[in-house]
Amino acid sequence: MTTLNALAAISILYVLFLFAVAFFAERASRRGRANWLRAPIVYTLSLSIYCTAWTFYGAVGSAARNGFEYLTIYLGPSLVLIGWWWVLRKLVRIGRVQRITSIADLISSRYGKSNLLGVGVTLLAVIGTTPYIALQLQSVTLSVEVFSQASGGEQEQTTAFWVAVGLAVFTVIFGTRNLDANERHHGVVMAIAVEAIVKLAALMAVGIFVVWGISGGVSETLERIDASSLGHWEVNGGRWAGLMFLSAAAFLCLPRMFQVMVVENDNDQQLRMAAWAFPLYLMLMSLFIVPIAVVGLDVLPAGSNPDLFVLTVPLEYGQNALALLSFLGGFSSATSMVIVAAIALSTMVSNHIVMPIWLRVNENVVSVSGDVRNVVLLSRRLSIGGVLALGYLYYAQSGGGAALSEIGLVAFMGIAQVLPAMLGGIFWRGATRFGALAGLTVGFSIWVYTLYLPSFGAAILPESFFDGGPFGLIWLHPQALFGISGIDPLLHTMIWSLTFNAVAFFVASLSSFPSPLERLQGAQFVNIQQGTGGARSWSQGSAEAEDLMVMAQRILGSADAQRLFLREARRQGSDTHLPAPTAEFLQILERELSGSVGAATAHAMVGQIVGGMSISVEDLMAVADETAQMMEYSATLEAQSQELSRTAAQLRAANDKLTRLSVQKDAFLSQISHELRTPMTSIRAFSEILRDGDGITAEEQSKYASIIHDEAIRLTRLLDDLLDLSVLENGQVSLNLGEGMLSDVLDRAEAAALAHDDKRGLQIKRDRESEQVWLNTDTERLSQVFINLISNARKYCDAESPALAIVVTKGEALTVDFIDNGSGVAPEAQDVIFEKFARVSDQKAGGAGLGLAISRQIVTRLGGEISYLSGQSGAAFRVILPLEKALAAQ
Amino acid sequence: MSGAGKSQNQPAAAPTPKSDKIPLFVERQTYRRRRLVDGARALPVLGLVLWLVPLLWAVPESKTHASSGLIYIFVVWIGLPLVAGILIQIMKIRPRVPRNDEGET
Repeated sequence: MTTLNALAAISILYVLFLFAVAFFAERASRRGRANWLRAPIVYTLSLSIYCTAWTFYGAVGSAARNGFEYLTIYLGPSLVLIGWWWVLRKLVRIGRVQRITSIADLISSRYGKSNLLGVGVTLLAVIGTTPYIALQLQSVTLSVEVFSQASGGEQEQTTAFWVAVGLAVFTVIFGTRNLDANERHHGVVMAIAVEAIVKLAALMAVGIFVVWGISGGVSETLERIDASSLGHWEVNGGRWAGLMFLSAAAFLCLPRMFQVMVVENDNDQQLRMAAWAFPLYLMLMSLFIVPIAVVGLDVLPAGSNPDLFVLTVPLEYGQNALALLSFLGGFSSATSMVIVAAIALSTMVSNHIVMPIWLRVNENVVSVSGDVRNVVLLSRRLSIGGVLALGYLYYAQSGGGAALSEIGLVAFMGIAQVLPAMLGGIFWRGATRFGALAGLTVGFSIWVYTLYLPSFGAAILPESFFDGGPFGLIWLHPQALFGISGIDPLLHTMIWSLTFNAVAFFVASLSSFPSPLERLQGAQFVNIQQGTGGARSWSQGSAEAEDLMVMAQRILGSADAQRLFLREARRQGSDTHLPAPTAEFLQILERELSGSVGAATAHAMVGQIVGGMSISVEDLMAVADETAQMMEYSATLEAQSQELSRTAAQLRAANDKLTRLSVQKDAFLSQISHELRTPMTSIRAFSEILRDGDGITAEEQSKYASIIHDEAIRLTRLLDDLLDLSVLENGQVSLNLGEGMLSDVLDRAEAAALAHDDKRGLQIKRDRESEQVWLNTDTERLSQVFINLISNARKYCDAESPALAIVVTKGEALTVDFIDNGSGVAPEAQDVIFEKFARVSDQKAGGAGLGLAISRQIVTRLGGEISYLSGQSGAAFRVILPLEKALAAQ
Repeated sequence: MSGAGKSQNQPAAAPTPKSDKIPLFVERQTYRRRRLVDGARALPVLGLVLWLVPLLWAVPESKTHASSGLIYIFVVWIGLPLVAGILIQIMKIRPRVPRNDEGET
């Protein structure tokens, strides 16, 4: 028999060995020689913390008591790993990309870095894990007891206590040694991998001893199984399927599993190996359970604890060494689980409960000097102590016993409540924070009420609850909700809690609206395969790079922080050691920090320095609005500039016209002065002759006087025209409206215009039929216009036999076209002929160039318009008169 | 993942039919790799079905021997990981074709 002291010595040696493994692994990783630490096999073995002492001892006990049901606990996780492509692959990538530190961090981060959710999941995890830790302590105590019964002695409580203390020390040393951005614990993982080998080897050794040593071979063992009380396959179908699902869910959600599977994961390669190797590991762990149970039931006295068959069977056969190995296997199972669970829980407690409170209490301390790292580490260490203390207290209170062995599944059930929020979060972008909160709250409440509290027996829930339901409400019976009884309590809770959890999660998600950050995070989580660069969550602003540096140093450590800042500065192309606090840099920094203190805390810390300038979608919308406004503005500007260029073109045209006019005016002025001077000269000359005239005949005198008279008339006409135009332009003319026939007006005009037509003989073509239109107008003025047009044709038409066609058309208005058969007006002159002093050519100086200007003024006064018709056979003018007046006159 | 996969093909030529985004015919290697992924996805379903078979055994009249039941469970338990491992090994050998297509079928 191994004495207790020897046992203690061996245990301590074993623990020291683990210390050494962890220490060297840690040192190797710090020296950058960590490649072998990241080997897929190490990762695969580290997953074995799923197999706790509950597996090592409890599986045999379970098989002895409940038959083959124990298999489901390992079949579920096997399926999860074989189906790695569905969930694990995505989960692990999210964990790596988002620097997730725990399951609470995952949920919190996914749902908009909500700390409330983080706290909720943390509490759930603590409540669910504490009994589990107690279970491990109990298993170690029981196994020690097996040896102590032989040597005699009562040390139950102290064993558990010292084990708890020892584990706390180990976890503090290796679990909180580093606070780096990766949150990976190479030392711990390595130690766990070693323990995984030890427990597998121990269980297999016992199994091999049982099969070949005791039973005498495989076929004999199978016969023995068939002959035993386990000889027939009797499994509760509901529990078989239900437990398989439950264990698969728990495998994904358990904090310690999440720690080794997601947080400690380094690359996809690790998962690829674990996907097939870990199911095989689980298979080997389960392989010899039934043979050991059968042999234990067979050879050991009735009433012996089947949970300890793994130890007691070898002892029964005097195999002390094997029993010792088996003890170490159980010890390994228990310690590795407790260590990882404590690390995972302490991370959660520290990141989601302690740090937020600390930050709230010490507001604005992030940017002042001092080391936040110490605060974080201290809170981690205290959390580890706290978690283990809770586990020990739970164990001490429950007093061990059978109550504890059932708690494993109860704990599974509790932590599985995270499943809907987790899967929903990584596969469904529509999942919201409110939905996750609702689902968790509902599921957790049902779990507590129907499974957790009843697991304590009558200690907490009064007996009456189990008789007729609380307050006589039978449909609220904790183990028969809605009055439906007869379901296995575990399945009962599983069905109702997960159903209501999922429904509440779904409905609340559908009916709530996610915050901007949530939506960004959701998109990143769900679309992780795209390798998104990350959502912009910080705007650059008042954040000072130095403040950020101070803070980062305090969390990451100065060397790491400086390296990070330098790298980013180089990447930004800056020569200094401080990168500009761009949104991108803040993003990277926050992610690095979240690896140490969790997403929510990191967000809060950066927020304190940046001044909470997280960009919301509203901000983005505002920016987009602004952009739209600017685009609109620029479109307006463009339109305006087009308008301007149009105006400029018009102005240029006007300017050209003005220039031409000015030239014409100058030409005219010289012309008119010439015109004025010529008659004046002759008037003066002849008047001088008359005045000084001696010997002038009466005939000569009369001739000279009539010349003077003619010239004076010419001058007067010129001055009349000028005056007329001036009056018309100033609008001072008074129209003398009256009725008249168009043909009469034209007749008069023709007669007047051709009165002096002596030699050229302009031929006028008219259609008298169409001219029978009554007009209500100033016929005098109108005939003046017509006279002008006809005499223009007479004067300027350069055809061999000049002819003028006067065409009258009655449409909406009355148009009178004067079309001659000459060469017309040159295009460049067309727009100036209606201007004052405009003349078609200097050579044909027949008038003062005021006729058309006056005509236009008159026609405008009469409510019509006059224009030059281009594209006709000769010069063509069109006079349009309003027909309303014409019709009214008919 | 099927859900995320849909949104992975970035060209946002929105109105064009889906066949524009996902080529109808792909290279043989790409095709092979996608079928491997299909295999990896189907495997857990097969496993679940096989491991739910024991539900049928629990008939009181014709009791299944524990030994045959155990052998069945463990044979499946050895077979599934081996097949999964083989699939993963083949995937490793085949070069990774466009990263965006990884999740696609």
